Amino acid sequence: MRAAMNTKRNLVTAALVAPAAAWLTVFLVLPFIAMLVFAFGERAPEGGYQVAFTFAQFANLPTRAAAFWNTLLLAPAGALLCLIVAYPVAYYLAVKANPRYRLILVSLVVVPFWTSLLVRTYAWMYILGSRGIPNLLAMIGIEDVRMLNTPGAVLLGIVYGYLPLMIMPIYVSLERLDRRLLEASADLGAKPVSTFFGVTLPLSLPGVTTGVALVTILLLGEYLIPQLLGGGKVFFIGNALVDLFLQSRNWPFGSAIAVTLVAVVVVVLMVAMRIAWRVAGTRQVDLV
Amino acid sequence: MRAFISCVYLFLYAPIALVVLFSFNAGRNASEFTAFSTAWYGKALSNTFLVSALQNSLIIAFTSAALAAVFGTMAALGMERLSSRMRALFDALFAAAIVVPGVVIGIATLVALVAVFSFVNPTIAALWPGDQPPQLGLGYGSIIAAHGLFSMALVAMIVKARIASLGRDIVEASSDLYATPLTTFRLIVLPQILPSILAGFLLAFTFSFDDFIIAFFVAGSKTTLPIYVFASIRRGVTPEINAIATLVLVASLLLILTARVLMREKKSKSGE
Repeated sequence: MRAAMNTKRNLVTAALVAPAAAWLTVFLVLPFIAMLVFAFGERAPEGGYQVAFTFAQFANLPTRAAAFWNTLLLAPAGALLCLIVAYPVAYYLAVKANPRYRLILVSLVVVPFWTSLLVRTYAWMYILGSRGIPNLLAMIGIEDVRMLNTPGAVLLGIVYGYLPLMIMPIYVSLERLDRRLLEASADLGAKPVSTFFGVTLPLSLPGVTTGVALVTILLLGEYLIPQLLGGGKVFFIGNALVDLFLQSRNWPFGSAIAVTLVAVVVVVLMVAMRIAWRVAGTRQVDLV
Repeated sequence: MRAFISCVYLFLYAPIALVVLFSFNAGRNASEFTAFSTAWYGKALSNTFLVSALQNSLIIAFTSAALAAVFGTMAALGMERLSSRMRALFDALFAAAIVVPGVVIGIATLVALVAVFSFVNPTIAALWPGDQPPQLGLGYGSIIAAHGLFSMALVAMIVKARIASLGRDIVEASSDLYATPLTTFRLIVLPQILPSILAGFLLAFTFSFDDFIIAFFVAGSKTTLPIYVFASIRRGVTPEINAIATLVLVASLLLILTARVLMREKKSKSGE
């Protein structure tokens, strides 16, 4: 009787998870295996893939070194710039802001993150383009300033696009901070500056780690911002991948780059988790 | 400090405001606002390419979000009863679906589907009695499948968090009173997790509606709204694009606000 009930219970469980399991297998696990196989193959003469076993694709990686360097330099640089802008905002929201308006102010930070990145990035093409700020500068006599299609424009776009994602985790860890610690620090004669560096900042480090890790990981696969604001001059790995798969149809080489990208993401993730464990227990980020 | 904070809010919203403002500009010139006009909205909505791209996006977003809501919820319900090892495996795969860059998800799906098609299509052709065998190809199906992956993970995560905060006692009370598991689910569990499912659905819808990069890889000849907007931007920014962009912004804003309201309801009910 009990065994029969258990069997029935197991069947129900299996039926519940089966569709998601099938989806994950067919559209995540198998594609990754296919991509791995492709990465060791050769480009067919007409484009696409033909069966082979060679390490040539990985040996070719240096031909796309510019994309790798741009990504590996600009992604962390963008994340750090984000952090510099985000920290004061998160601090203000969590500690200084009037509690009555806090929820509204926090929502106002999150809303842009959930609207189209394409549209928000394209707005900057307007502002940085020749009819935007350079046009205004020309009016006051500063001629020929080029802003669009530079690494600076890409960095700006990165900070703009990912700022909300950096603010939220820092805000969450600052909000959970025990106010009594700040009072205790003040009672013991610490100046506000020492309280900040001795108490507040160290206790917000888990949020900082989460934010930097999230933003860096997402930036490693970024395509739109370098494409629109870098004008095809500031290539990221994502741009190289689109080029290889959709234009030159060199699938094996593209697969090798994609596999390498995933490896880099995994390494960054593991390092971030190590750091997070060290600075205190990891925290969940509630983005919605 | 306040000045800095104000500047950041200005930084966040000024570009968006600019796009909205210029969508109402009568002139074609993107640098000076001449007169208020809604003409570009009319032009945008009478553009057949654009309207069909919008239709495609809506169909894809609705289908993938609905699939994700149903299967993601089922997975969240089933996962609780799995062994801890299986549950960890599921958690890891769902996390991977969210963390792996969209560019890679798009490529992987493309590569796998093309491999499948190159095997299946000749087989069908060989077995097909008539002259014109059906051909499997990229299109609605492939975009829905790829968006469904991310969305399912999103829904499963959200619903799982809600189930974890659900009171066990009321479920036990229900079965003590001889309700069948199905009745308990329908009368006790479902009403409590429904707001989270809806929130998950709306977030999944927004994600799919806004996604450019995954669709770019697996769309084949189908055009979604972001793909259309991207292609138009490369041909040059026009007020018509501003009008579409404004509509896209308003739509995603409404969906997100609804999702947030639903999720907040969840929090207040569970007494957090």
